[in-house]
Amino acid sequence: MGLLLAWEAASRLGLWRAWVFPSPAAIGRSFWAGVVDGTIPRGILTSMRRLVVGYCISLVGGVSLGLLLARSRSLRESIGTVVTGLQALPSICWLPLALLWFGLSETAILFVVVAGSLLAITVATEAGVSNVPPLYVRAARTMGARGMTLYLRVILPAALPAILSGMRLGWTFAWRSLMAGELLFVSGGLGQLLATGRELGDMARVMAVMVAIVTLGLVTEVLIFQRLDARVREVWGTDRS
Amino acid sequence: MITLDQVGKQFTSRRGTHHALSDVSLTIEEGSFVCLLGPSGCGKSTLLNLIAGLDQADTGRVMLDGKVIDGPGPERSVMFQDSALFPWLTARKNVDFGLELAGITDKHERAARTETFLKKVHLWRFRDAYVHELSGGMRQRVALARALAPDPRVLLMDEPFAALDAQTRDVLHVELTEIWRATKKTVVFVTHNVREAVRLGDRVVLMATRPGRVKLDETISLARPRVTESEVAYYVGRIMKELRTEVEKVMREEIDDAWQPAPGVVSGGTTPGVGGGI
Repeated sequence: MGLLLAWEAASRLGLWRAWVFPSPAAIGRSFWAGVVDGTIPRGILTSMRRLVVGYCISLVGGVSLGLLLARSRSLRESIGTVVTGLQALPSICWLPLALLWFGLSETAILFVVVAGSLLAITVATEAGVSNVPPLYVRAARTMGARGMTLYLRVILPAALPAILSGMRLGWTFAWRSLMAGELLFVSGGLGQLLATGRELGDMARVMAVMVAIVTLGLVTEVLIFQRLDARVREVWGTDRS
Repeated sequence: MITLDQVGKQFTSRRGTHHALSDVSLTIEEGSFVCLLGPSGCGKSTLLNLIAGLDQADTGRVMLDGKVIDGPGPERSVMFQDSALFPWLTARKNVDFGLELAGITDKHERAARTETFLKKVHLWRFRDAYVHELSGGMRQRVALARALAPDPRVLLMDEPFAALDAQTRDVLHVELTEIWRATKKTVVFVTHNVREAVRLGDRVVLMATRPGRVKLDETISLARPRVTESEVAYYVGRIMKELRTEVEKVMREEIDDAWQPAPGVVSGGTTPGVGGGI
C-alpha cells in the first residue's frame, strides 16, 4: 500500500513522463474503463477458455506420456532425449509452424499452449513414477494388484506429489505461451489487449491488462494449487519433516 | 502345506553370480508357525519371496498343496519390515484397499471386515489417521490387519518387527501369537533375531550362507505364551552355537579375510540379535 502511495506521489511530482510509466490512479481508471466497456472481461474469458482447454489437453497427454516413458525402457531410450530437448525450447518457437499447419486459428494458439506445458508435466510424471518406492509395488502385487489397477490405484497416487509440482509448472508455462502467442498474432484475448495498448501508446491500458493477468495468476494459485498442495502435505505428512 | 523341492536361486550382478539358495528342500505344515533364521545373505528373504510368488526359482519347485506357485495370490499375504502401507490412504482405507484388491466387491462386507481387524490389532480409534500420524509399531499393526483381513491361508512375514524398539516388539510377539492361535494360519516368519525366532516359532529353520541352505531344523516344544526367559534361553543357546560359525563366515567375507572374532563378540547369551552388537 505504501509502495502504491509512493508511486502515485512520484508520478504526480512529474519525476518521469506519465505516458512512459503511468500512475496507479491512471491504471485504475483504465482498468475500470476496460471492465465497463467489456474489453477486459471478454479478454479474460477468451484467454481463460484457451488456457483451460490447452492445459487439460496437456494434463491428460502429459501424465499419459510420462507414465508410458516411465514404463517402457525402449520408449525412454528412443524419445526420452527428444522430450528433454524439446522441453528446453520456448514454446513460442512453435508459432510459425503452428500457423503454417493450422492457419490463423484457435487450433494454432492451442497448439502453442500445449507445446508449452505438456512436456513439463511429462517430465515430472516420469520422474515421479520412476521414484515410487518399489516396496509399494511389491506390496500391491502380493495383494493382487495387476496391470491398470496397479498403475491407477498405486503408482499414480504414489507419484502424485511429484506430478502436482509438474502441474503447477505446466500451468505457468501454459500462461506464458498463451500470452506470447496472443501478443504475436491478433485474435482476441488479453494478449491482444496488450498489443493494441502498445499500438495506441496507451501504457495505462497495457498495465491495466498486466494487473488483470497478475490477479488471475494469483487467484488460480491460491484457489487451486495452494489448496491441492496443502492437501497433499496434510495427507503425506511432509509438513512435519 | 508349503513344499520346497530342491529349490535353487541365483542372482547375477557386476560382482559375479551369487547363489542365494542352493538345493533347499523344506515342508511347512498347514497351521504351523515356522521361523526362518539366519545371518544376512543366507537367502531367507529370497525364500520368502519365492513362496510369495514375487520371484521365481531357477531350479526346483515351490508348491502350495502340490500346485506350483507362479505368482502372488490372495491366499498368501505378505508383511514387510517397512509397513508398506500406502501414505495417501488412512489406516481404514489401507485395509479396505487390500480387501478390494483381494477381489471383495461388496462394500459393506469390506467395511465390516476392516472394522473387525482394526479392532483386533487395537487400532480402531486411529482408523482415520494417515500413515505418517502412526508410530512404527502402529503401522505394523495396521499392516498386520491388512494382511489378515482377506483371510489368507498363509501369512508371510519378512522381519516385520526388526525396526521396532524391544518393548513394542515384545508386545507384538504376544499379540501375534494370540492371533495365530485363534486363526491357525500357516505363518512363515523371517528374522535374524534368535530370541524372536524361539519365542514365536513351532519350528526354527536355521539357514547357512554361501550358498544359502538349511543348516538346522529345530522344533521348539515350549508352552505358549513363552514368557519364561530361562526356557527360551535354552533353545537360544543351542541355535546360537550353530549360528556362530555362520556369522563368523559372513564377517570374514564382509570385512577382511584376516578377521578373527574376539572372544565373546559373537555370542548368544547377551546379544539376542545376530550381528546386532557389531
